[in-house]
Amino acid sequence: MVIIMSDEQYQKFIKKYTPKPKKLINAITTFVAGGLVGLSSEILLELYEFWFNLPRKESGVLVILTLIVIASILTALGVFDICVTKLKSALIIPITGFAHSITSAALEYRTEGLVLGIGANIFKLAGTVILYGTVAVYIFGIIRLLIIGG
Amino acid sequence: MTNTYKNVYIENTATIAGIYEHEGPLAKYFDKTYTKDLYFGEKSWEKAEIKLLKDTISLILDKTNKKDSDVNLIISGDLQNQIASSDYAIREFDIPFLGIYNACATSSEAMIIGATFIENKSAKNCIVSTVSHNTSAEKQYRNPTEYGTPKPETATFTTTGGAALLLTNKRTKISITASTVGKIIDKGVKDVNHMGAVMAPAAADTIYKHLKDLDRNPDYYDLIITGDLGEYGKKILVNYLKKVYKLDISKNYDDCGTMIYNTKKQAVLAGGSGPSCSALTLCSYILKEMQEGRLKKVLYVPTGALFSPTMYFQKESLPAIAHAVSLEVAE
Repeated sequence: MVIIMSDEQYQKFIKKYTPKPKKLINAITTFVAGGLVGLSSEILLELYEFWFNLPRKESGVLVILTLIVIASILTALGVFDICVTKLKSALIIPITGFAHSITSAALEYRTEGLVLGIGANIFKLAGTVILYGTVAVYIFGIIRLLIIGG
Repeated sequence: MTNTYKNVYIENTATIAGIYEHEGPLAKYFDKTYTKDLYFGEKSWEKAEIKLLKDTISLILDKTNKKDSDVNLIISGDLQNQIASSDYAIREFDIPFLGIYNACATSSEAMIIGATFIENKSAKNCIVSTVSHNTSAEKQYRNPTEYGTPKPETATFTTTGGAALLLTNKRTKISITASTVGKIIDKGVKDVNHMGAVMAPAAADTIYKHLKDLDRNPDYYDLIITGDLGEYGKKILVNYLKKVYKLDISKNYDDCGTMIYNTKKQAVLAGGSGPSCSALTLCSYILKEMQEGRLKKVLYVPTGALFSPTMYFQKESLPAIAHAVSLEVAE
C-alpha cells in the first residue's frame, strides 16, 4: 500500500514545491547596488585626493577606512543586515561585508566578556577571509615574481 | 508507538510572546507579550530567553493558583546548548524537573512523557513547557544576529515565546486521548534553509502511523496541525502524504509556522519555527477554539529537525522527527 520513495526520488519530488531562487534579479540588484558602492568610492577617492592633496594610493586607504567605519556603524545601529536582505550581496562582497562580519561578531559575543567573548570570536566569520587571503597573496605574489620579476 | 489515555486533561495554559508574534494574527490570544525589544530588561539574548521561560512558568502557577509544592513534575526543553534556558529558568522553582530535547518537537515529547506519568498515576499533575528566542537561536545555530546574508524564501524565522501547559488527572474540558511517538526520518536533505522539506517526511510517517494504529481516517480530526513546516513544507507534506500513503489531509490541515505570522506581510520568509512556534499556537489559539467548542478533535504534530551545526559542517544530512498528540473536547 505504502509507496517507497527513495532519497533521490524525494529530492526530485521536493523540487516541484520549492521556489527557484531569483538568480537573475538577485544578480542585477547586486550588480547595480554593488556598482553604486564602487562609484561612490571612486568619487570619494578623487575628493580625498583633491581635499587633502594626497597621492592616489594613500587616498585609497582613506576610502577603505571610510567604508569600514560606515559599515560598522550601520551594523551597530542594526541597519546593515536589513540592507543586505534588500540589496543581496552588493554590500557583502566589498570591504563593507568584511567590516560587517567583524563588527557583528564583536557585538554578538560582547556578553561573554572581552577575552573569551570578543577576543575569541571576533574573527569567527572573517577568519576564513584573513587566512586564505594571506595564503593567496603569497601564492600570487610568488607567481608574479616568477613571471614579471616583482 | 501509539498509546491511548483515559485520565489526562489540560487544566490551563500560559503563553508569553515577543514583538514579532505580537504583530502577527494570533496576538490577541497570548496571555502576555513583551514588545519593547528582545532583551526583556536582561543583558543578553540567552538571559532574555531564560526570563521568558521563568515568567511563563510563574504565570501558569498564578493562573492555576498553585504553589511550587502543588506541582509534581515539570518537563521542559529548548534550543540552547545543554538546554540551558530550561535548566536556568527552572532552578528558580522548587519542582522536580525532567529536561528534554527534540528541537521544535519538544512540546509534544513533553506532553507525551507528562501524559504517561499521569495515566500511570505516577504524578497527579505536571507542567510541560518550552521556550525559544529568535536572536539566541540565530546565535546558536547560524551567524551573529546582526550579520546579514541573503536568505532563500524557504528559510524560516525562529519564534520568540514561552508556552506552558498544566496537565492534570482531574477532569477538565480538554483531554489528551492518544499519542504517537515518531521515528527519526532522514531523507538525505542537506539544506538548512529548507527545513520544511527536511521535516515533512517525519510528519507524514507519524500521521500515517497514528491513523493506522487507531484505525482512523484523516477526517476523524477537525484539524491536523504540524509544527513549523512553513509555506513550502506544508505543500510538500500534503502531496507527499497523498503520493506515498494515499492519505488526503488537504481539507483539515494547517501548519503553526504559517498561522502564527502573516507570511505575506511580515518579513518571516516561509513562516515561523522553533519549539515555541507550535506550542504558542496550540496553547493560545487552538485550545481557545477547543474551549469554545469550534474545534472538537485536534491532532497536534510538532516537527523537529534534530540537526547539529557540527554534524552539518561534517556534511551529514539532516535528521527529523515528529510526535503526534491527539486532543479532544471531553463529552
